[in-house]
Amino acid sequence: MATTTMQGKQVGRSVPRLEAREKVSGRAEYVHNLRLPGMLYGKIFRSTVPHGRIRGIDTSAARDVPGVHRVVTADDVRNVIPSPYYGPAFHDQPILAVDKVRYVGEPVAVVLASDPHVAEAAAQLIVADYEEMPAVFDEVEAMTSTAVVHEELKPAGTFPDLKHLKGRKNTNVALDFQLRRGDVDKALATAAHVFEHTFRTQQVLHVPLEPFVSVADASASGATIYTASQSPSFVRIEIARLLGWPENKVRVKVPYLGGGFGAKLYIKLEALTTALSLIARRPVKVSLTMEEQFYTLTKHAATLRIKSGVDTDGRITARKCDVWWNGGAYADIGPRVTQKSGFTAPGPYDIDNVSIDSYALYTHLPPAGALRGFGIPQLVWAYECHTDMIARAIGEDAIAFRRKNILREGRPQATGTAMKDAAIDAVLDRLGQRMNWDGVFDRGSEKLRRGRGIAIGFKASISPTTSMAIVNLYADGSCGLYCSTVDMGQGSDTAMAQIVGEVLNVPAETVKVVHPDTDVTPYDMATLGSRSTYHMGHAVRLAAEDARAKVEALARELGLPEGTNYAVSDLFKKKYGMQAGNIVGVGSFIPSYTPPDYATGQTPNATPFWMVGGTGAEVEVDTETGHVRVTRLVNVADVGRPINPKIVETQLSGGALMQLGFTMFEKMHFDGGQVTNASLADYKIPGIFDVPTVMENEIVNAEQTSGPFGAKGVGETATFGVSPAIANAIDDAVGVRLTDLPLNAEAVFRALRTKANNPLEDA
Amino acid sequence: MAARTIHFTLNGERVSAEIEPHHNLVELLQRHFELFGARESCGQGLCGCCTVLVNGVAVSGCLTLAVTVDGAEVLTIEHLGSGDALDPIQEAFIENGAFQCGFCTPGFILMTKQLLDAHPNPDDNQIRHYLSGNLCRCAAYPEVVQAVKSAARKRGSRVAA
Repeated sequence: MATTTMQGKQVGRSVPRLEAREKVSGRAEYVHNLRLPGMLYGKIFRSTVPHGRIRGIDTSAARDVPGVHRVVTADDVRNVIPSPYYGPAFHDQPILAVDKVRYVGEPVAVVLASDPHVAEAAAQLIVADYEEMPAVFDEVEAMTSTAVVHEELKPAGTFPDLKHLKGRKNTNVALDFQLRRGDVDKALATAAHVFEHTFRTQQVLHVPLEPFVSVADASASGATIYTASQSPSFVRIEIARLLGWPENKVRVKVPYLGGGFGAKLYIKLEALTTALSLIARRPVKVSLTMEEQFYTLTKHAATLRIKSGVDTDGRITARKCDVWWNGGAYADIGPRVTQKSGFTAPGPYDIDNVSIDSYALYTHLPPAGALRGFGIPQLVWAYECHTDMIARAIGEDAIAFRRKNILREGRPQATGTAMKDAAIDAVLDRLGQRMNWDGVFDRGSEKLRRGRGIAIGFKASISPTTSMAIVNLYADGSCGLYCSTVDMGQGSDTAMAQIVGEVLNVPAETVKVVHPDTDVTPYDMATLGSRSTYHMGHAVRLAAEDARAKVEALARELGLPEGTNYAVSDLFKKKYGMQAGNIVGVGSFIPSYTPPDYATGQTPNATPFWMVGGTGAEVEVDTETGHVRVTRLVNVADVGRPINPKIVETQLSGGALMQLGFTMFEKMHFDGGQVTNASLADYKIPGIFDVPTVMENEIVNAEQTSGPFGAKGVGETATFGVSPAIANAIDDAVGVRLTDLPLNAEAVFRALRTKANNPLEDA
Repeated sequence: MAARTIHFTLNGERVSAEIEPHHNLVELLQRHFELFGARESCGQGLCGCCTVLVNGVAVSGCLTLAVTVDGAEVLTIEHLGSGDALDPIQEAFIENGAFQCGFCTPGFILMTKQLLDAHPNPDDNQIRHYLSGNLCRCAAYPEVVQAVKSAARKRGSRVAA
């Protein structure tokens, strides 16, 4: 319990966000606001076909528009970056399409002009001629399709477990991950009951209200990139690699983000703007429109098949999971999703015999990446619907059946890693109590039927990843924290300042948090996967402790007796004769990790911490229209000990409401690979009327013993259980089972008609 | 396209600007006055990030042509509060944690101002009705409702005092 000492009384306090004042007065800094002298605006011309060879691009009419600086295609890009392919897992994505296009909306050319309206008008005059080729859009079809997205796989080499894929040809399988534990086939053959179901999730979009935006100012002497990015350190490393430069020639600065949710990770516009700036020899800004976000990065659609064996006592003895992830035309981080989340596909259950096959597939759709959960919400959708269906079929109560099967402390998860500090039981118990599960439940009327459902899910923090931090004490005793964690709304600046304040015994409000600037702030893997509180939290703690130790050492050096009550500013004065000097504390953190065995996926140490979230839903289903109203949504989470309880609660609430949109109505529609609802008029995100009548969020009493001050990540936790909890509630209300998302009125109505032996014809 | 000069009152000051007829109000504020609190996001008047008060009425800056504010009174988020003191609505948004990334926040606050000017003690339905055109992807809606109620109380007690 040593790490929970409340020395500074800063951790555990609901400090308002440090930047709150700037945000409510419209003065917070976003890249969006930035304009540099001589800056050009770039507007992108995009592919209109899902797969085709580029026969020619006619840019003459665009070039002739008055005010156009120049028009750029892949040939120009290759003059400054000979091998213009980027990506975190695979070097497969060209800065502008080279020879071929692989999805509708892929960037093909860019018009540069001082006036963005001129650039936009001119971009519409570009004409590209394509030789269309067969395309594949469905992830399961992509397994065997003769339409192949990439001629050859090009793993980045960053990840040792992707190296075996190098040079593979004629396949759309970007990664095949497998896990084997026990003997699934034998256990299924001898099980009392066997259940198999297939589920699907749809393509959805992050929709940060600040669309993607980057500004680059580059020349032979170096590049400065101002970007709305969740991963400044990665941007620097990747841009340096593309240019063959040392890291120190690339500077990446990130102010606040207007939302990220996983969209603004790795490289998005940074390579393009850097290339454009090198070509134009002027600063270049590219700001996407809301529509263009739909052509940039989506959340993986997935098909999930899950098969379980259950014994006569209601114990799950075997589970076999097959998952196909629709990664779109470029891998982005999809292969990591496939593996790092893939290994939790059987759910938080104690099952002796498990097999998982998880496939990252290329298709001719816009690329898919991480979205608040890194694949976990898709997996939970499948295993928690499946689990509910089993309980129903064998006549067991939904909570009792789960309680009998959940993973308890110390028991091995499917990877063989023993569970530690994962309050699955507490989350399930509190969910039951909050929902008054054993009490009388109003079932509504014949027209408006009421039902309720629950779901629980878990996630392993992605490992291994590194964070570094610097705490700088200035001569007057004030201090600055230098870290590359990006505050995109989650409140990391505030939480990190609380950790510094806790160690140095100063109010969090007085700590200056220096925003990511790779010339100034040290390396951080990225702001993703709810990793910052744990990883950066430790690095910041260590940096502050290092600074504190150096203060104590300085006091000794100056001959002050142990325990003397001195001000830090007095030490500086005594040492340097005036207000001068610095004390710099540094901290770095990487958790221990053991890579899984390639053939079996087994490892004794899969993750530094587990996140656990559960949701309970009460719904009202209109049996005449299929309309579903969520009347109550209860979110219960194990976040360890919260650093800032109020901000943690808003994270839980916000995460659950975002997932409510993905559950009830959000869906990207495609026609021949073309997104047909690429605007907020046609793609609805949750508004204030979509908030359930009653919403409750609870943090269970728990501690992450390995975490900084007992804390762990929280950004994604409340997304896990929302979708299956609502589907389970709909089943409870009207006895229909939906296996595909979203759960909109049409889907429910179709299911009701099918159940009444009066199915609707397909639209 | 022919530029033209417009004259209007911006945050209490008489100003003029030479603009192109196709420029919208957001561009006018950003290009000529360095005011970035009104932001274009959806570009269709659906998200409320570009909310500006024109003659006391909340409008979508992305759908309002700059020429149409000629002679009007324009108020932006930057003008709320006085000096270092925040407006009670801004205070309430901070105290209730009614935002995360903050990109949509100016729009929510200006729309709340219009709501409270018309309905000093709004009920939940009035709050939802007024704020249904403001989107928050961080989904701080429950906290926003609390903030609006708290702002109403603050304004009420200041009037009484």
